[in-house]
Amino acid sequence: MSIFHRNDGFVHPVPSEITPQRVYEERRLLLRGLATGAAGATLAAWAGRSARAAAEHPGKLAALPGMASKVPGAVTMEKATSYEDATSYNNFYEFGTDKSDPARNASTLKIDPWSVSVEGLVKKPGKFSLDELLKLSAQEDRIYRLRCVEGWSMVIPWVGYSLAELIKRVEPLGGAKYVEFVTLADKVTMPGVNSRVLDWPYAEGLRLDEAMHPLTLLTFGMYGEVLPKQNGAPVRIVVPWKYGFKSAKSIVKIRFTDKEPATAWNKAAAQEYGFYSNVNPEVDHPRWSQATERRIGEGGLFAKRRKTLMFNGYEAQVGQLYAGMDLKKNF
Amino acid sequence: MKKLLMHRAAKPVLFTVCLLPFAWLLYAAAADQLGANPAEALIRSLGDWTLRFLCAVLAVTPLRVLTGTPALARFRRMLGLFVAFYALAHLLSYAAFDMGFDAGDIAKDIAKRPFILVGSFAGLLLALMAATSFSRAIKALGAVRWRWLHRSVYAVAGLAILHFYWMRAGKHNFAEVAVYGAILAALLGWRVWEALRKRQVARAPRRHVRAPIRGNTTKNIATSA
Repeated sequence: MSIFHRNDGFVHPVPSEITPQRVYEERRLLLRGLATGAAGATLAAWAGRSARAAAEHPGKLAALPGMASKVPGAVTMEKATSYEDATSYNNFYEFGTDKSDPARNASTLKIDPWSVSVEGLVKKPGKFSLDELLKLSAQEDRIYRLRCVEGWSMVIPWVGYSLAELIKRVEPLGGAKYVEFVTLADKVTMPGVNSRVLDWPYAEGLRLDEAMHPLTLLTFGMYGEVLPKQNGAPVRIVVPWKYGFKSAKSIVKIRFTDKEPATAWNKAAAQEYGFYSNVNPEVDHPRWSQATERRIGEGGLFAKRRKTLMFNGYEAQVGQLYAGMDLKKNF
Repeated sequence: MKKLLMHRAAKPVLFTVCLLPFAWLLYAAAADQLGANPAEALIRSLGDWTLRFLCAVLAVTPLRVLTGTPALARFRRMLGLFVAFYALAHLLSYAAFDMGFDAGDIAKDIAKRPFILVGSFAGLLLALMAATSFSRAIKALGAVRWRWLHRSVYAVAGLAILHFYWMRAGKHNFAEVAVYGAILAALLGWRVWEALRKRQVARAPRRHVRAPIRGNTTKNIATSA
């Protein structure tokens, strides 16, 4: 038997053998640390590194650490979108309709002091200061896919806790069937509110069981830091299996109701934006296909679009919420 | 001013200026300067520039007449060709970067988004005009037919605005559409107004000429027209 194989010269390492760039860069850091005599500190930092801290820490805003989440589906292993892209390509019409407007204009938003009033059909309504909300439950790292109704997607490491924690605290009454989220609408600090694109304030809503689902996140941070203003500071909702516009930003009010709340995009065009707006590749928007999406930051100009997943890939976790429902009718 | 417009370098300078947006986009695409969604940024920028050049070329005649600057007419063809150039670059970049040149995907997309069909039709008209833009084409087609074909630029203006409006309708975002719509409406409106005025002027002297010489009308009309 020849020791030379006909594939010699074409033997590539299997992907699992390739050292990730991040890891070998850390090795260099370690060596450099040893060389400068800071071995002890560096070793400690290196050992403290955990797999879930895959996301970069941009170092732009106050740190908001989270712990590992035990919620099924809470951490996707996909590559996170760069902080730069996630904070410069936003839909936040209160600051303008162009994707670059929020990053440019949102600095005027005043987030201190901030409070969220909880109203409607609950036993314990009240006004929660941001501080109270931050401490209400332990912050967790959640890496979610985000699919915009416009046909693009990102992967974002959020920091927050299940909205259910807050809901349990305020004790919804038996008649409460829906939850409404109301966004700040301040004409002075939000230039877009003077336009008539939408009926302000921006309002969104969920069925109570959707709001109670552990994946529905009351969100305070991203990339290990507090939320940038253009991403909905200081507190927002993130519902990963629905189109992005369902995830209201900079919320000031949470109201429990017995009737389906009117939502901003549904009021603007009811036949195009349904109350549910679950990500669904089989139910097209009336004027464009939802079968595929462009993952932001993936491969640049020549990247192929990816196939959109049912419930944005969270079907195993949330599918049972919609058992027996006609998703074409309840789009 | 007239001297400047008639200068030997005027056309090359305008040509270079018209190419600048394209050159910038090409550079930005290569240097990853197009933001988070480069394909979308490229396609939309090329569309914006098509609209801008369309406004520019349709402004030539009104400006020429209103300011009494016949020299402006020299630049009309070049500007028109740039409209076609940016429109085709827009169309091609959509087909390439959004659809990966997949004919099946494009057909499905057009069925879903009729505004793409509207835009493609406008692009086809622009291509026809560009293909018949040289002087010998006028002879080959005959001046009357050629003029009719090239008047379809007015239809292109309407289709382009419809295309833009329809695209933005999904997100209720009409501010920019209104700006381009107003400019194009003004430029086309001026032509309608001008045509009506000319017709009145043309009618007035004819009556004036006809009145004193009765009986010999046909000959007189022929010469005055």
